[in-house]
Amino acid sequence: MTTTVQDVAVSPWMRKDLLGLWELSPDEIRLILQTAGSFREVSERSIKKVPALRGKTVVNLFFEPSTRTRTSFELAAKRLSADIINIAAQTSSLSKGETILDTVRNLEAFNVDIIVIRHQSAGVPHAIARKSAASVINAGDGSHEHPTQALLDMFTIQEKKGRIEGLNVSIIGDISHSRVARSNVWGLTKLGAKVTLCGPPTLMPKYLDEWNTRVTFDIEEAIEGADVLMLLRIQHERQESTLVPSLREYRLRYGLNAERLARGKPDVLVMHPGPINRGVELDSSVADGPNSVILEQVTNGLAVRMAVLYLVAGQGRPPAIEEK
Amino acid sequence: MSDAPQRDKTRILDAEAIRRALVRIAHEILERNKGVHGMAIVGIRTRGAVLAKRLAAEMQAIDRHSVQVGVLDITLYRDDLSRIAPNPVVHATDIPFDITDLRVILVDDVLFTGRTIRAALNALNDLGRPKMIQLAVLADRGHRELPIRADYVGKNLPTQRQESVDVRLSEIDGIDEVLIEPAQLPERSGGRP
Repeated sequence: MTTTVQDVAVSPWMRKDLLGLWELSPDEIRLILQTAGSFREVSERSIKKVPALRGKTVVNLFFEPSTRTRTSFELAAKRLSADIINIAAQTSSLSKGETILDTVRNLEAFNVDIIVIRHQSAGVPHAIARKSAASVINAGDGSHEHPTQALLDMFTIQEKKGRIEGLNVSIIGDISHSRVARSNVWGLTKLGAKVTLCGPPTLMPKYLDEWNTRVTFDIEEAIEGADVLMLLRIQHERQESTLVPSLREYRLRYGLNAERLARGKPDVLVMHPGPINRGVELDSSVADGPNSVILEQVTNGLAVRMAVLYLVAGQGRPPAIEEK
Repeated sequence: MSDAPQRDKTRILDAEAIRRALVRIAHEILERNKGVHGMAIVGIRTRGAVLAKRLAAEMQAIDRHSVQVGVLDITLYRDDLSRIAPNPVVHATDIPFDITDLRVILVDDVLFTGRTIRAALNALNDLGRPKMIQLAVLADRGHRELPIRADYVGKNLPTQRQESVDVRLSEIDGIDEVLIEPAQLPERSGGRP
């Protein structure tokens, strides 16, 4: 039987929220990636808008600074014809002492359909999702998860390599503080990639038994045989200064430069979730070089977030103000 | 999917009847538009896309000029998205040319309420401004809910509203046939309105 037109039988999305990749099945991840592939075409049109979420309201509720992720969600919602409002914690009543839950209840009173939330503490999106009738999308919670970043990384890998299963993916940097690393580990291993974690021992989580990954403290080992090198940002504003002696020391031991890259596979992908510390974890010659897909990650992020908004919107119930 | 029709379904068209209908429609399109110049054929996913390819091949065999073919996914333009859960799976639209100023022949398998065609017209409108849009369907089963009609029809099927018309094409289903299923059967999952 020849199939000329794709008619993939996939089960539909049944979750109200997207909180992390930990709880998703491989098929749920594949459905998001497939849907994102369909949405990418929309952003290549001259009229970059479809009416799928017409009349829906999305709130970007950001307790941490963000440009890329917030803009990406905002543009994704607009291209789906949803209305979107941005609330930054610094400029809202939260700075007047209102609790998060009260903020969310007030948003619900406006009948919002989807809440996109970023918070510095792990688990806040999960707590809100349990209390709220609106769909909740985790845009990063502490050092826990950043599911849409991992999904766009996986989407980019699949686009470039044609598959994820069987690939060697090395994640290099501050694993311990990285929600991007965690979400990628859960997602990539579920789709059959072999993940290597690399970084200084001080930036490696203590309990890695259930992670199903290889660990090395030597970047040369992480580069050898890798199909993908995922560099993480050294979050010098977030961590205690004692974990890395100096940025210069980090660069010498763990920075990716042209010389190190040359020892890897010629077609290795270089990825970074941004913002880049040029000359720390990644040299400019590599960040702007032929192996880098960093800007494609940004483009794909839009399609992935459109897909996620579309999928959770199908499961949200019309919000009702809680009795009691 | 079983190849043999089941007891309670009536086969309305077989492979040969489908082929003849497509050849006739191909001739009609060429006659009305005086050839394939400035024309594009756009099929609505999934079975309309298959029919669009077949129509293009028939037209090329007759006219000796190739015609551009595209695939349209109308999911994001459905008028019932906010009424159904979960949201249906989205597939990609693949129209790798500018439809502005072209004569677009829109192709679908079954014309029923007309809501799919309404969605397709809006989707095409977002992709450009065609000179003209004409509609070709393999089966017209009536029960329109919108002021929409087909320009080319393979077969008019008088049906009851509760019956369902099942178009099977070899590229997807392994067999070419059109069946009518009696009422009370659950609707085919993923079906469009």
